[in-house]
Amino acid sequence: MSVIELTEENFDETVENGTSLVDFWAAWCGPCKMQSPIVDAFAEKHPEVKVCKVNVDEQPALAMRFEIMSIPTLMVFRGGQSVNKTVGLSDMAEIEEMCR
Amino acid sequence: MDGSACDILILGAGPAGISAALTAHARGRTVLVLGADPMASPLARAERIGNYPGLAGMSGRDLLSAMLGDLERAGIKRVTGRVTGVVSFGGRFMVSAEQDVYQAGALILAMGAQQRAKPIPGETELLGRGVSWCATCDGMLYRGKRVAVLSLGGEGERDAAFLRSIGCDVLCFDPTQAKNAQIEGTDRVTAVTVGGKKHAVAGVFVLRDTVAASALLPGLAMRDGHVAVDGDMAASIPGVFAAGDCVGRPYQIARAVGQGNTAALAADGYLKERDK
Repeated sequence: MSVIELTEENFDETVENGTSLVDFWAAWCGPCKMQSPIVDAFAEKHPEVKVCKVNVDEQPALAMRFEIMSIPTLMVFRGGQSVNKTVGLSDMAEIEEMCR
Repeated sequence: MDGSACDILILGAGPAGISAALTAHARGRTVLVLGADPMASPLARAERIGNYPGLAGMSGRDLLSAMLGDLERAGIKRVTGRVTGVVSFGGRFMVSAEQDVYQAGALILAMGAQQRAKPIPGETELLGRGVSWCATCDGMLYRGKRVAVLSLGGEGERDAAFLRSIGCDVLCFDPTQAKNAQIEGTDRVTAVTVGGKKHAVAGVFVLRDTVAASALLPGLAMRDGHVAVDGDMAASIPGVFAAGDCVGRPYQIARAVGQGNTAALAADGYLKERDK
């Protein structure tokens, strides 16, 4: 499944149903550039999870709302509720565990 | 993906890393050496190396210059920078240093003895909740806010200048002040206390020249605060090797050079086996 770019406008409606993985990232962040292809591969492998990205540079309000203080941060939402959050790089196995 | 790819990426540009790089290069491997400036290391301040055969009491600085000269003559690429992350993906390792990303089939850890550095009180508990190890990664999230830089290496001023340039209000503490600092907060950082004085801050950047191997590679087996290795210098994660002071005492140049050599041969063997 393709990765969904989230903004303030589409965030809530996107994560409202099912399981969503959200990658908070920015272009200036080296580790984010490594997280991104892993998240993309996760999306390919797990079509049952909505895989989304938030560019914290362009979406400061979302970064503030979810108290993103360090990137990359990954969050998992179920039915609109945040159920998991990790700060720092995660590999495929760790992302799969988070979304289980 | 930007940055460059190589067969063997060596983290650390001291005697172990340089030795590993020369051996891997001689085996036909593409190599990149990534790490802090070796001329800022304790070895560069050694007045006289008395026990390395054949060097007749050369100074640490001259020895490092000679070793770095070997790298240069071999045409081995070296990048000075702080490694901020390592992750394994698709049978390769990705390594970020500042804002750049590098890829390799095998890693050799040769980042020196700083593995035992004690965390600052509050650092581990509040990491990702106001504590950051990477100014270029997280600085932008603190624009317009007051932050503290706890500089535990030689690069703190540069990072403080970067943070100021993007609009942070920066308090910078040098290594002498920083090592006795205390980070405060329960859910998130609220203050830092240095020299008995409490400063309200939204974030604290704890900056060391080298991030500990165990923090870069979660799950890496350690032994007494050093990277655990077998006789071939293989660490617990396949494709990761280690050499020099980061694997333990005695902290000696001759030992580091020998281990770097062994690690490079083992990494070459690992890649050959993998590509069969």
